[in-house]
Amino acid sequence: MRLAQLAAYAALLAACAVAPAFVPEYQTQLTELFLFVVFALTWDLVGGQMGYNSFGNVLFFGIGMYACAVTQVGLVYDVGAYNAARGGGATVFLFDADQYLQGLMLGLPAGALLAALVALLFGALVLGMRGQYFAVCTLGLGFAAGEIANGWEWLGAGSGMVPPGAPDDFVDLGRLYYYLALGLAAVTFAFLGWLYTTRFALAINAIRDDEDKAEAMGHLTTRIKVIAWTIAAFFLGIAGGIYGNLKRFIDPIDVAFPSATIGVWMILMAILGGKGTLAGPLIGAIIFQITKELFWTYLLGWQRVALGLLIVLIVVFFPQGIVGWVRARPRGATAQ
Amino acid sequence: MLDNLQIMIAAPPITVDLVVNGILIGAIFALASYGMALVWGVIKIINISQGEYVILGGYVAIVLAEHGYHPLLGVPLAALLLAVLGWLIYRLVIFRIVDRDMFTSLLATYGIAILLQQLMNTAFGGGVRIADAGLGTRFLFDGMVAIAEIKIIGFVLAALLAAILVWFLKRSRTGQAIRATAQNPRAARVVGIDTDRVYAATFALNAAICGAAGALVAMAYTIHPYIGLAYTIRSFMIVVVAGLGNLVGVIAAGLGLGAAENIAAFLLGTQYQLAFTFSLLVVVLVTRNLRRARRREALQ
Repeated sequence: MRLAQLAAYAALLAACAVAPAFVPEYQTQLTELFLFVVFALTWDLVGGQMGYNSFGNVLFFGIGMYACAVTQVGLVYDVGAYNAARGGGATVFLFDADQYLQGLMLGLPAGALLAALVALLFGALVLGMRGQYFAVCTLGLGFAAGEIANGWEWLGAGSGMVPPGAPDDFVDLGRLYYYLALGLAAVTFAFLGWLYTTRFALAINAIRDDEDKAEAMGHLTTRIKVIAWTIAAFFLGIAGGIYGNLKRFIDPIDVAFPSATIGVWMILMAILGGKGTLAGPLIGAIIFQITKELFWTYLLGWQRVALGLLIVLIVVFFPQGIVGWVRARPRGATAQ
Repeated sequence: MLDNLQIMIAAPPITVDLVVNGILIGAIFALASYGMALVWGVIKIINISQGEYVILGGYVAIVLAEHGYHPLLGVPLAALLLAVLGWLIYRLVIFRIVDRDMFTSLLATYGIAILLQQLMNTAFGGGVRIADAGLGTRFLFDGMVAIAEIKIIGFVLAALLAAILVWFLKRSRTGQAIRATAQNPRAARVVGIDTDRVYAATFALNAAICGAAGALVAMAYTIHPYIGLAYTIRSFMIVVVAGLGNLVGVIAAGLGLGAAENIAAFLLGTQYQLAFTFSLLVVVLVTRNLRRARRREALQ
């Protein structure tokens, strides 16, 4: 069974690796899907496995996105002047191939590290709260970050920030970000797959099941919680850096800190697939991305209304998720 | 920021202006937050879509004003329409999640909030709107302090509605049933109270309160389809600071929040007003949590 699973995941990875050659028209959607897989997996690490339901994971996503873009620009130009020009103005901001590549190679880790650092600093304060207080506090964090970025002139404020453009003779950017996103999703999945076999996973599951008992058993619960959140933030930071470059425009509220879209979608994907499982978020992300694209195609103008309705329906009627439903079925048991 | 601080110190009337206007708006915040306290205390769920009811109430006043009626009529009408909507939302969704965990109620009501936001955006457009009540502005201190009369009326109406609400909860049979259910739902069922109907009434009453508050917001302030969450967060903050069932605390926290927001908007610039509100929520929750942790109580 274990071997069969490994083979299935490897086959999926191989199929994704060659997909752009066969279905180039879906390359953008697939890139987005890989990032969604990362969102769902990292949300589930803290929400599903540890029971800390965060509404504000976009905080790390946006921090990673801004940190990456600022690093990319800052290596060559003054960030304030670059953002003030808004792509126009007297100065032309060009990046040659080396500068672009260097910026990206330093920007992505910088975003990941800054996001992880913020998780580390806030974690000890915020993760002491439980239940609804934690959830609403993280909701506030995500929105606060968006509003701060929205007013911060150095980052382009409400007009947003444009990540650097690549020179004309550079490699196919769509392809580059496709493989970066795929690599990130694969590494995140493999890392969490490994993590869930360790004692650390038992500890975070214990925290989910009964935190007071876990603490009484001698687990350093605060440290464990902060580590888990930091891991999630690290991968989300990289995902943010890629997403910003993929969208080619960083709007502070709609792209960098989109609490009401991606912030909720990541929760929805994890629940839809199955909270607290490894495969669940992966399956949830795939189904969600397909559903979302169908909504955008066939319900144009009403797609966001339909998504709101979908959230309510899934949470109310299908909280066990696909994995939970499949597991419950053969034994003839009713849904949990 | 420091320049503005110097202005405030040099010209005290500006501070008075900020505080008075803030307190007048804060009364509306307090009224809206009473609805959240009610739902939280009685049904034991946290409703993220509170703010959307406020904004919907605001649109009722705006639509009335557009059709030539006085937007103040929007206060009772919004309360009535929102009560119907609240009852519908309870019968369709909320009753299914009453006994589930807090996270389910948070996420489901967040879904409702997103749904309502999008519907409002489709129906009324995404722009910033205001219902013009056609009233003047009063000036004090040689015009250094400007107070719109509608804000004074809003303040008085908010106080009046809160008084009616308290009387209703204390004296009427429905109000007593609501309070009994809040204390102990099982015991309430034992003595013959239909708690499901009580929950439906509570949720409808809450939506009505939010709607009335929203009609006042649309006249005294501005609204747009995506600003609802700010009202949810403000309500949550006020209830957390005051504690459930503490009416005096709710009023004090609401007025204080209004004044603090106005001063912060002046000091930091209006573009940071919402950033201040959301950051203040985080600060309030973290502070409360640290105080609890010192007494070794988990914040449940």
